[in-house]
Order: sequence, then structure tokens, then C-alpha cells
Amino acid sequence: MITIDKLKELGADVDSGLARCINNEEFYLKMVTMALQGTGFEALQKAVEDGNLDEAFERAHSLKGVLGNVSLTSLYEPVAEMTEELRSRNDIDYAPYLETVSAELNKYRSLL
Amino acid sequence: MLNSHVKFHSTSGKRLVLIVDDEQINREMLRHIVEQEFSTITASNGSEALDIIREKADFLSLVLLDLRMPELDGFEVMRKMKEDDNLSQIPIIVLTSDESAEVDCLKLGASDFITKPFSVPEVILTRMQKTIELYEDRTIIQSTEREELTGLFTKQYFYRYADQFDKFHPELVMDAVYLDINHFHLINELHGRNTGDAVLLHLSSYLKTLREKTNCIVSRFDADKFFVYIEHGKVEYSKVIEDLNRHFEEFRDQHVRVRCGIYMRSDKALSIETRFDRAIQASHAIKNNYSRFIAYYDASLHEDTIYADRLINEIDEAIATNQFYLNFQPKYNVQGEEPVLTSAEVLVRWEHPELGRISPGMFIPIFEKNGLIQRLDFHIWEVALEAAGRWKRELGLEIPLSVNISRIDLYSNALIDYLIEKLMRNNLKRENLYLEITESAYMDDAEQLIEVVDQLRSEGFKIEMDDFGSGYSSLNMLADVSVDVLKMDMRFIQNIKSNKKQETMIKLVMDIAKYLGIHVIAEGVEDKVQVDFLKSVGCDIIQGYYFSKPLPEDDFVQLLMEQKK
Repeated sequence: MITIDKLKELGADVDSGLARCINNEEFYLKMVTMALQGTGFEALQKAVEDGNLDEAFERAHSLKGVLGNVSLTSLYEPVAEMTEELRSRNDIDYAPYLETVSAELNKYRSLL
Repeated sequence: MLNSHVKFHSTSGKRLVLIVDDEQINREMLRHIVEQEFSTITASNGSEALDIIREKADFLSLVLLDLRMPELDGFEVMRKMKEDDNLSQIPIIVLTSDESAEVDCLKLGASDFITKPFSVPEVILTRMQKTIELYEDRTIIQSTEREELTGLFTKQYFYRYADQFDKFHPELVMDAVYLDINHFHLINELHGRNTGDAVLLHLSSYLKTLREKTNCIVSRFDADKFFVYIEHGKVEYSKVIEDLNRHFEEFRDQHVRVRCGIYMRSDKALSIETRFDRAIQASHAIKNNYSRFIAYYDASLHEDTIYADRLINEIDEAIATNQFYLNFQPKYNVQGEEPVLTSAEVLVRWEHPELGRISPGMFIPIFEKNGLIQRLDFHIWEVALEAAGRWKRELGLEIPLSVNISRIDLYSNALIDYLIEKLMRNNLKRENLYLEITESAYMDDAEQLIEVVDQLRSEGFKIEMDDFGSGYSSLNMLADVSVDVLKMDMRFIQNIKSNKKQETMIKLVMDIAKYLGIHVIAEGVEDKVQVDFLKSVGCDIIQGYYFSKPLPEDDFVQLLMEQKK
């Protein structure tokens, strides 16, 4: 069962996320759940594996927006960094980013 | 100055905002925030957004637009909106996390930005409100807002404002109310412009009080004409008019009466202009009615329009098939012991094969409005002169007839030749034809009119000024006008409340007429008291029901024959 406290433990900036939801906890948790159930990360992963940097940028950018809005900070930060690299289409090794994000995401998803 | 406008929108009623973002979570979160103050509608991509924008263009107050979207992105949406005049006026706030995109958006006309992740809700709502207010003030301020004399909204501004009001209050049932002042012309002319302005200010101050009490929207849209757009049921109109006319107590001497046309529960599917046209139309129905001051629009008035169209379409056929026929109302000289029938006024009647007898009060104004009256007038003159020729030829009766000349006839080059030709053909003299020109025609284009009238007189025709006292003329105007006879209508004089004043008025007219060497005919005379009084002040010719109603030709000829014996 996902709760405000558990999100806090995982490093989410719950206060700003809640503020964005007019301090409506139920609504905030619903949004977080939707974000965690989404397939944005998997799509990003696939685009990187395919070497399609244009697509990867779009995916990363979208994901960043959503994660930022629900304030899952420990997920948001690596995705934001990735987005900037992809914006310049830098042909670097994105695997470490993906691993970090995947590990963080799994922690959150285990709350569901 | 625009505070009223801003307040009016924020106190009640919600504007509609479109949220466009391809991420459901962003849409939902934004909607959750925006719904505190606005109605919302959402789209998940650019083409869906454009469809909604096109469909709701008239109602959308703002678009919140994400830039990066599959299919059609935010830039494309802005470009397409900018190309379309209908859509280019809708303000856009861009949702973005890329500061680099801001300049491009500005160039395309975005008003502001909301960054991602979203800032606190208050900031978002404030920016949205600012943008909407700026936009609405900008568009609405383009038209002159207030009218100089009364400080009320101008017509153009009023229409816009009422339109906006409807958008944000679709649930309210609204009445369209039109007010004007009876014979305002006359007040200005007889009492001067300052008095006229004072009357207008008086009325507008009353309407401003009404506005405070009921939140209605008020405009002075022309001269003495006012619009009020008011929620149905807020006031009782008979009370308003009663109140208003009491309010005008201090202008008692000027006989200020306010007249009012109301289109209740106006149909919002119609344009605001059309709805107020209907209110005006309603008030026209009581234009010359001195006892009714409120008229309500109803569907039968719409039927009136259809009826009018039918009459217009059928006038030619009606002339060709002699549906129009004449009545003759005798005029009596009362100066001797016994009244003597000296002439008659020709009046037209219409017996329609399907609609039955149509009142001249119905068809004449319709034909006057579109100029068709000229065709009818020429026809009436022809028929009347033929009748007079026949009486002379067959019965040896010779009596002057007076016929109406409509103002449009005075602009016809054929007028004089036509009359002369018809007189000659019937072996009649020019002094046997009196031409009645309504008083109001004299006010229209006095110079042109005087020129034509002088020409007619120099050809030997007698000119009668008809409907004298109906409200347009001032007495001093008479000195400039060339006329042989004044027809003073007692029905107009009866609107003066006190008998004393009526008598003074009649004496005054008689004195001036005498001084100018003009004869006076009193028409609409209905009782002996009037006859005696008119005789006593030197009025020598009288027309009216007291002596005789308008008669069909046979009855009139009979009367002539009796008198001849």
C-alpha cells in the first residue's frame, strides 16, 4: 500500500508534490500510482537500446516532466540529467543511467 | 475604468479553459488545479486540441498548451491558431520545461509560460487570470466604452459586454428591455437642448440605480434610446415604468413619458442584436398609443413581419384587381347657422379577398416604410379624380377633394404632371384638389419640401398641413412653411391633460394661423362641446365623427345630392 510516509522514506519531495495537488493526499497518491504504472521508462529503455536518440530524447523529456510533477526526486534527477545529454544527442553510454533509474523505479513500484 | 468588467467576471460564472498535454498525469494535475477557478476541457494531442478550439472558439477564455506532443505539436497548434482570425484572439499559455523555447513561443503569440514541474497552484491560477483579464480588457477596450452625456455604455460596447455576460452565465434567463421617451423630438424643440439633456440624465440616473440593485447591464445607444439587459424576474416592469414616470414628476410640464418594449426570456440562440431588435419592435407596437407604456414581444409580432411581407408582395395585384377602394369624409363649414358640406377627405380602404378588410393603420405604415406607398398614392389620386369627374359630368356636383401626399411623393418628378393630367382628363380645376402633407414630412428635409410645395402652389394647388400637433412641429416653424391650411387633429390636443391648456393651445394655433393668413381645419372632432368651442375661436371648417364618419362613395354622393336640393 502506497503511503505518503513510504514515499518520503524513498526520498520523494512529498511536500512539493502535495502542494501541486492542493494538499489533497488521495489525489497525489493517485497521480504517483499512475506515474509508476506508466510505461514511459520502458519506452525510453527501448529507444536507447535501438540507438534511436531522437525518440529517446522525446521519451526522456516526457518522463522527466511527469516525475517532476509528482516529485519523485530520486527518479527525476537521473532522468533530468539523461534528458540533457539526449537533447544534445550525445552518443554516450546511457546504461548506467538506465540502471540507476530502473533500480529506483523498482523500489517505488514495490510499494504498489 | 475597467474594474467593473473585471469584477463582474470573477464574482460568479466560470470561464472555460482548454488543457492540452499528451501526458495524462500532467493533464490531470493541471485540471485539478485549474478547476478551482475555471471550467476545463482537455485534449491529449495537437489535432484533438485544434478540433476543440475550433468548435468552442466563442467560449474559450484560454488555452494551456504543451509544446512537445506527438502528431501535432504545440508550435503547430499556435501557428494554425494564428492563421485563423477566429482563433488568433484566444490567449495561450505554454507549458514548458525548456526555457530555450520561450522566444519562439513569444514570436508565435503565446502570452505567458507555466514551467514544468508545475509551480504552486496559486502562481498558476494568478498567471492564468492575469492573461485572461489582459486579453479581455484589450479586446473590449477597442470599442469606445462609455457614452459622453450619461456615462452609460455605448451600443457597441454594450453588445460586446452582454455577449460576454451570456458566455459566463449561460444558465441565466435574461430579458432584453428597450426604453425611449415619447416625442423626445418635441421636448428638444420646444424646451431646448438643455432640457432634453436634463431629461436624458434623469432617465440614466434612474437606470444606474436599477443597475446597482439588479446587476443589469445598461446602455444609451442613441438619442433617447436605452437598452437594459436584465435577469428575468429581477423586477416587475409595470412598477419600473410607474416609478420612472413618477421620477419624471419634475418634468411634468414637458409631458415626459417613458415607453418600454420588452423581450422576456430572450432566446439565447439568437444574437444579442436580434434580441434587442425584438424589444424595439415590441415598443413600436405602442408608438402612437397614449395610454400604454409597456409592450411585450411575442411571436405574433414575428407573424406581423410575415404578414407585412405578404401585403408588400400583393400590393400590385391588389391595385390591379381594385381591392383598394375609397371612402370620403365630409368637411363642414360651421360659420353660418347650418353647417355646410364644403369638401371631403379621400381615405383608402383595402378589402383583401382572403385576409378580409385590412386597416389602413396596418398597411399604410408598411408601405411608407419601403416606398410602395407612392404606387398606392398615385392609384388613389387617379381613382378619386375619376370619381369627382363622374359626379361633375353625370350629376352636376362639384366639390373639392383632399388627398394625401406621402413624403416620398414629393421627390417624384412625375408628381405635378401626373396630377395635372388626371385633372384635365376629368375636366376638373386645380383648386378642386387639396393636397395633404403630413406635418412630420416638413421636419425631414424642409428645404426640398418647401421647394416642391411652392411649385405645387404656384401651379394652383392648395396645400394642407396634415396631423398638425402630432408632436413634431414647433409653432414658430409655421412662419417659414408655405401652406394654405392647417389640419389640427383634436386627438393630439386631447393628450394635453387639462381642459384649460387644451383651449389655450387651440386659441394659440388659431391666432398664429390668423396672423399668417392660414385657414384651420379641425379634424377628429367628436362632440358638440368641441364644435362650439372651435366655432367660438374662429375655426370655420370641421371634420369628424360628430358630423359624419368616412362614407362609401354612394352614401357620400347621396349626401351631396341632398344638400344640393
